[in-house]
Amino acid sequence: MAAQAQAASKPVQGGIPWAWVGVTPFLLFAILFLILPTLFLVVGAFQDPDGNLTLANIGDLFTPSILSAYWISIKVSLASGLTGAIFGAFMAYAAIGGGLPNWIKPTLMTFSGVASNFAGVPLAFAFLATLGRQGLVTLFLMNVFGLNIYAQGFNILTFWGLTITYLYFQIPLMVLIFTPAIEGLRKEWREAATILGASNWQYWRHVAGPVLMPSFLGAALLLFANSFGAIATAYALTGSSLNIVTILLYAQIRGDVLHNQNLGYAIALGMIVITGLSNLAYIWLRIRSERWLK
Amino acid sequence: MKQNRIGHWIAIILGSLYFVVPLIGTFEFSLRKLRGVYSFEAYRVVLGDPAFQASFLYSVGLACLTIIIGLLLIVPTAYWVQLRLKRLQPFVEFVTLLPLVVPAIVLVFGYLRLYNSSSWLPLTATARGTDILLTFGYVTLALPYMYRSVETGLKSIDVRTLTEAAESLGAGPATILVRIILPNIRSAILSGAFLTFAIVIGEFTFASLLNRPAFGPYLQLIGANRAYEPAALTIMSFAITWACMGIIQVVSRNRAAMRK
Repeated sequence: MAAQAQAASKPVQGGIPWAWVGVTPFLLFAILFLILPTLFLVVGAFQDPDGNLTLANIGDLFTPSILSAYWISIKVSLASGLTGAIFGAFMAYAAIGGGLPNWIKPTLMTFSGVASNFAGVPLAFAFLATLGRQGLVTLFLMNVFGLNIYAQGFNILTFWGLTITYLYFQIPLMVLIFTPAIEGLRKEWREAATILGASNWQYWRHVAGPVLMPSFLGAALLLFANSFGAIATAYALTGSSLNIVTILLYAQIRGDVLHNQNLGYAIALGMIVITGLSNLAYIWLRIRSERWLK
Repeated sequence: MKQNRIGHWIAIILGSLYFVVPLIGTFEFSLRKLRGVYSFEAYRVVLGDPAFQASFLYSVGLACLTIIIGLLLIVPTAYWVQLRLKRLQPFVEFVTLLPLVVPAIVLVFGYLRLYNSSSWLPLTATARGTDILLTFGYVTLALPYMYRSVETGLKSIDVRTLTEAAESLGAGPATILVRIILPNIRSAILSGAFLTFAIVIGEFTFASLLNRPAFGPYLQLIGANRAYEPAALTIMSFAITWACMGIIQVVSRNRAAMRK
């Protein structure tokens, strides 16, 4: 909208800004199927069923059942985002850092492209067949090592099960986002550090670490938002036994389980705020990191 | 340095195990339908299921429609912005990134409220109307990926010179787009198209909440009611995703080869 105002202030030949006609279909589409639906929920979050302005819906978000849904979602997203970022960064560095056969990097990149898009319902099935009660790994551990992970308290239908499953698309996504950052590390920096007498640890602590940190944190935030909005995998994996916020919202849309339509809007608003903030922080960190990585 | 390399190997091997074992586990599980022997029985049952065929074809149709509408919307816009409205670029880019900020489930919630049968544009009142809404929803989901692809393609060619050359030879805007720009960014368009296909084919949230008989909700239903068929479907889904990404790789490699 700011861009529109800016364009209007510039002199336009002939009265009608013809250049703008070209982007009208796109703007119309964006308004109808992206901006208006979102705005509708945002406005609805501040209204009561009769349309009067109220903050009661936002206040109702702070009831224990809704807070706990948000909290579990945040925990799963933090755990899978951070773990995914760490493992993804290690794998990307291992593949690029040298010393390994040349075919490893393209293979890893192709596979990451596939796996980062392999989410949703089938991913849940894959992990049920692997770590479910009759899964391959579960049976393997039981038969070979006599270790019954289910007797030890593990269950795929829980927080940790969901986190391990989410890592299947989080790690590859991290590899894809973080590889350019690692490739931006210049050889001269390490050489300069070594000549000045820096140890490997000092190089990482004072040179490579600080350069990579904004990219790393930014990517971790993107991963966080990525799993925060996910639902299909969790729904297919746990049904409605794990109370995460997307599943709560899904149930609300299906059958008004909260008995208050506007409270549903408030839940949606809360989700937009959380993913919005993490995306904003990601963009800010990316701008910072681009100062070094050119 | 030697020690370093061992660390790299460990990272790669552990990572590979994490990614390969679930695939092996799923594949092995999918073969267990008949007691005591490995067989492709689960695959035979799935492929013979009329509901599978119907939902899969429905989703393939949706994916194709999404790609066509998405391209019709995005290619002219990206071309126009590149050529005439450079200053609008940050704004358009911001809009195309919004679907990554607003979760799919929130977006479809908004659709259900805005386009229900008693609203000003009652798209969900009829099955056809809901199909249209679902397709537009998928175009929205694919927007970040498709726009990025097309934009990268456009940046790699000299849009202005090509347009001016075509104009001086008497070509109109439609001719320029279809006969000059499109062939030049073919591989970028194909990449965006196959990525969109991979996203749409198994999508669950939109289809389920709009109550359409797509492949994603079918997968979920089978998962809730059968034991071995879901594993077979998973292997097939993975193969589809792999095929889409493989095609993208081949297409972009050709592009790189052509430029040399």
